[in-house]
Amino acid sequence: MMTPRLNEIWVYLAASPLVGLTATLLAYVFAFRIYERSRFSPLANPVMIAVALLVTVLTVTGTPYKTYFDGAQFVHFLLGPATVALAVPLYLQLPKLRTHVLPLLIGLVAGSLVAVVSAVGIAWLLGASRETVLSLAPKSVTIPIAMGVAEKIGGLPSLTAVLVMATGIIGAVSATSLLNLLRIRDYTVRGFATGVAAHGIGTARAFQVNQEAGAFAALGMGLNGVLTAIMVPVLAAWMPH
Amino acid sequence: MLQTFAILLVFQSVGEVISYALHLPVPGPVLGMILLFGWLVFDDRLLPIIQGTTSELLKHLSLLFVPAGVGIMVHASRIEGEWFPILVALVVSTWLAIATTAVVTRMLMRKATSAADNSGEQA
Repeated sequence: MMTPRLNEIWVYLAASPLVGLTATLLAYVFAFRIYERSRFSPLANPVMIAVALLVTVLTVTGTPYKTYFDGAQFVHFLLGPATVALAVPLYLQLPKLRTHVLPLLIGLVAGSLVAVVSAVGIAWLLGASRETVLSLAPKSVTIPIAMGVAEKIGGLPSLTAVLVMATGIIGAVSATSLLNLLRIRDYTVRGFATGVAAHGIGTARAFQVNQEAGAFAALGMGLNGVLTAIMVPVLAAWMPH
Repeated sequence: MLQTFAILLVFQSVGEVISYALHLPVPGPVLGMILLFGWLVFDDRLLPIIQGTTSELLKHLSLLFVPAGVGIMVHASRIEGEWFPILVALVVSTWLAIATTAVVTRMLMRKATSAADNSGEQA
């Protein structure tokens, strides 16, 4: 046979990382177009739309997540250097950071405690299993920290990763309206609160709104990561069995 | 651009090494961010070199979360059974966390500002 059949071409392509990578970029470019068209409405969050698209495509074509991730991991890898790069916008806000160190730190401790205690308490009251409740505890912080904490306290790290993603999307989608409702106008405070509650996805949204909000979101995300890593294992030791 | 990536990866690597060697719960990239921030405070000659590429990279920060987000499909069945408590806990606690952080931070900032104003008037 001179010409390979269509499904043979598909089998050949699907085995290489090319498809996962291309699909990720196409889905994101498409999702970002919608986001732009909506004039950056938080409801059209590009992460949410791109993820929904890709999950649909993978489910319909029967492609396992692992095959997809073999390609998408090149994008995923960039999260590391991008996290390091957050130091730059933060440095640019250094004068403002110096003036407001104490309010920011106290706000962080309050917000971080409320995030953990309310998530655990509500899930427990509504009858979630112990594993799920423990997996929820670190859901407001960046994935690698959250997974490490979940493992330490007896949650399921892979479930935590999903809960972290969902938290980020919920925060990115709702922060703008919620902060407007509370009449918080200062971009320092708006960004910081979004970063504390909704880590990197919230930070990405904050950067799309305002540079200063983004910088303080990065600060909130970093500080809450450190605080949660220390605080949650201590709190979990007090939880009744 | 290449120079910036090399610098970012060096800071990330140093962060990874410290995190691993000291068994810290904080991951390498976050330590790398803290180290780079400290470096810039100490010596900001690095800033003009990395500023362009880092801001370009951060513009597309959302894209980088997409592969991990698609992982949601692996846990669909586990979440199905407990979707109600999970959803309520996530939504309510995220709102409460945003509101608490914002309200507490703003209140204390205002206090600090008015205290500074008062001392200014007395001086």
